[in-house]
Amino acid sequence: MTSPRSSRRRLAAGTAVVVVALLSTAACGGGGGGKSDGNAKAPGFNAAVNKVANASDKKGGTLKFIGTQDADSWDPQRGYYGFMWDFARYYTRQLVSFTPEPGLASTTLKPDLATGLAKVEDGGKTYTYTLKDGLKWEDGSPLTSKDVKYGIERIWAQDVISGGPIYLQQVLDPKGEYKGPYKDTSADKLGLKSIETPDDKTIVFRLPKPNSDFEQMLAMPSGSPVPAAKDTAAKYGLKPFSSGPYKFQSYTPNKSMVLVRNTNWSASTDDLRKALPDKITVTLTTNADDMDKRLINGDYDLDLNATGVGQAARAEVLGKNKANADNPDTGFIRYAVFPTTVKPMDNIHCRKAVILAADHKSLQTARGGPQAGGAIAPNMLPLGIKGADGKYDPYNVLKDTTGNVEEAKKELKACGQPDGFKTTIAVRNNKPIEIATAESLQESLKKVGITTELDEFDGAQTSGIIGAPKTVKSKGYGIIIMGWGADFPSGQGFLQPLVDSRFILESGNNNFAEIKDKAIDGLFDQALTQTDANAAAEVYKQINQKVSEGAYYLPFTFEKNIIWRSSRLTNVYTADAYNGRYDYASLGVQ
Amino acid sequence: MTAPLHDTAETTVADVAADIPAKAIEGRSPGRIAWMRLKRDKVALAGGVIVVFLILVAIFAPLIVSALGHPPNDFHEDKIDPLFGTPTGKWGGISGDYLFGVEPVNGRDVFSRIVYGTRISLLVAFLSAIVAVVLGTFFGIMAGYFGGWVDAAIGRVMDVLLAFPQLLFIMSLVSVMPNSLLGFSGTGVRMGVLVVVIGFFGWPYVGRIVRGQTLSLREREYVDAARSLGAGRGYILFRELLPNLVAPITVYATLMIPTNILTEAALSFLGVGVKPPTSSWGQMLFKALSFYETDPIFMLIPGLAIFVTVLAFNLFGDGVRDALDPKGSR
Repeated sequence: MTSPRSSRRRLAAGTAVVVVALLSTAACGGGGGGKSDGNAKAPGFNAAVNKVANASDKKGGTLKFIGTQDADSWDPQRGYYGFMWDFARYYTRQLVSFTPEPGLASTTLKPDLATGLAKVEDGGKTYTYTLKDGLKWEDGSPLTSKDVKYGIERIWAQDVISGGPIYLQQVLDPKGEYKGPYKDTSADKLGLKSIETPDDKTIVFRLPKPNSDFEQMLAMPSGSPVPAAKDTAAKYGLKPFSSGPYKFQSYTPNKSMVLVRNTNWSASTDDLRKALPDKITVTLTTNADDMDKRLINGDYDLDLNATGVGQAARAEVLGKNKANADNPDTGFIRYAVFPTTVKPMDNIHCRKAVILAADHKSLQTARGGPQAGGAIAPNMLPLGIKGADGKYDPYNVLKDTTGNVEEAKKELKACGQPDGFKTTIAVRNNKPIEIATAESLQESLKKVGITTELDEFDGAQTSGIIGAPKTVKSKGYGIIIMGWGADFPSGQGFLQPLVDSRFILESGNNNFAEIKDKAIDGLFDQALTQTDANAAAEVYKQINQKVSEGAYYLPFTFEKNIIWRSSRLTNVYTADAYNGRYDYASLGVQ
Repeated sequence: MTAPLHDTAETTVADVAADIPAKAIEGRSPGRIAWMRLKRDKVALAGGVIVVFLILVAIFAPLIVSALGHPPNDFHEDKIDPLFGTPTGKWGGISGDYLFGVEPVNGRDVFSRIVYGTRISLLVAFLSAIVAVVLGTFFGIMAGYFGGWVDAAIGRVMDVLLAFPQLLFIMSLVSVMPNSLLGFSGTGVRMGVLVVVIGFFGWPYVGRIVRGQTLSLREREYVDAARSLGAGRGYILFRELLPNLVAPITVYATLMIPTNILTEAALSFLGVGVKPPTSSWGQMLFKALSFYETDPIFMLIPGLAIFVTVLAFNLFGDGVRDALDPKGSR
């Protein structure tokens, strides 16, 4: 389900690169320039990874974002880009939200609008929250549980409020009985039966089936309140009504945005947002290389999209300005997957042969090396997710980084193809890095006699080509190159769409291997009924092992980014809850 | 300034004078006259030499690479800085061993890939030019000779094709093409598609010229003479008209090849050309985009290859045109 977010964001980045490269010859001249170090001093390489750099409580100043990609929508129920979810905390609040702490600790949920985490009853089917006192909207009117319910109901109106995550809809109303607030015939437009608001302070969710990640779903911006009276439907994203510390002053799509303090927000009701700067500006440009230069020059503080500095700026950032760079994990995994409907990948030994023959070091280099690409991944669960085990390495890829030709040949024999076989590698044509990884894989498989042909498909048609099992089979894609990041940091959010047989779709499928393993499906059911996150993590660990044992995936890297942090920034840290981006709500400036 | 002019005039006269007594008076075929004119056009000749050189490179690519380079698809990751993915050596890794340096990220030999890329470029360009010339000549001569509704029908088809968004069409066509077709698979299919499509969209240009020429030729006396002697349509079309169309067709074909090279490069750049790891210049340029600041040499080399090839073909083509049709204005 992340594919909308990951693929759309990545796609946009890809197109931008091409456009940029065509436009940017004019911008080549600039170069070095005076880096406005001023009085601030950068705290060092990786100073903000999993720890706080420049801790400070000093208020004031203007925090200046720059980016190459506007949000898909700033409407809390419609945004799906990762950076939008991070940024949305400036002007939205949720019942529960992520802890303002570095690294993995950020993924723990804390009460936000609610006084505490949910009171869970009825075997995980009833969630009750009580709202804090003194909650206000930007116009000073009180924020009630009805606003929360109305905001969530907007997800149901997919014909108008499209594009956002629909987990809450799937969990609360799996049969799709409610038609959304715009088609709601009740006077208060609060017709959804599975959410009850007995009074202005209380909200009760009744789930048809328990789901241990329900609170994670409420923590997404799509769980934000919206007042019915201020709902401008499709236009809401142009000026969302603020419940957070900042409100929209101006916004021109694809150009700029200015947020100023919301005077009706009170710090006494909110211990998750520091609200340090007086003003937040966002500038959008189309030229990624120019953006990198302006960041290095000190004209801006950070990249809104946080997709990492470009190839051109990488050398300069890691050379002269290393102290201003962080190299966090993004929570994304880059991998090759073997559709089991395509011969000979239906045979586990042939799949194992591919995993063993692959040159993991070369694949890592193709991804951009250890810093811009990421660490070699031994299994399919990245470290930002509870239940991950970085030492679990069933195919010894961390030791035999360049592959194990002998073992691979043994597996080929076991598969009945001692001389190797032929298959096709599917790769998106708009991602030079993925093409480079495909070429690397092709080269290392040649050593054991597996000959492959690259098929570059239209990256914009992902869901209809590799996402359609029929097409995969008819085109004979034995290997597909892809990437994946979780919508919410749990085994369910990360692994289930990739490996649960019930998630195989006719189009927009993400279980590319078409894994149909009753044991794996059963383990997910078991994990979802766990109310304790650590107990669930144990189950996800088992699922991860089952997936590795089945040899459905060849993980390349746990992706990393090189992101720029200006010397002015205070209170900077990367949060696993936001894919290794900085926790924007905590940032301040000197 | 006058001296050299005088010199040239003198040598020309001397040449002619030397020619006459030796061979007495001899009729020269139009082909020989054209060849003599071409020989005198030094610029066109230089273009021609480069064209011949490129064709030889394409034909003998495996020999050249085994003597001077490395297999085009072999990785040499030891030549790459793993942190940045750029060549460790200066100037894109250019050395005695790697004449044009190495490719970023995987360290493939750029020289070998350029040499093999010549094959793809020239093969696609020549074959698609042949397709266009055959189709264009056939339909052009039909339209010109028969006139009437045949001319009108072919004319409209040509108008439609000329207005067709060729690039978009090819891009969508390639994405729905199956992997194997008529027993071919992979790069073979892609090249076939490129040849057919580029050729197919190129024929109206040839067709229009042939039609115009045919219109004027069919009114000539020798055609009337043939007709009154009872020659059939086929004879008139292919024995009387076609030989007289060879000159404009040759000129157009030589000028079409560089355009086709550019189209192939553009399509490869857009990811719908030949499949990797088969090397092509356009694909190399696309890859070089992300490295244009850190490894500009890698962008320069395929760029230069395309530039030199297109320029050589254009100069040569212009020379051929001047030689065949000295009265034609440039």
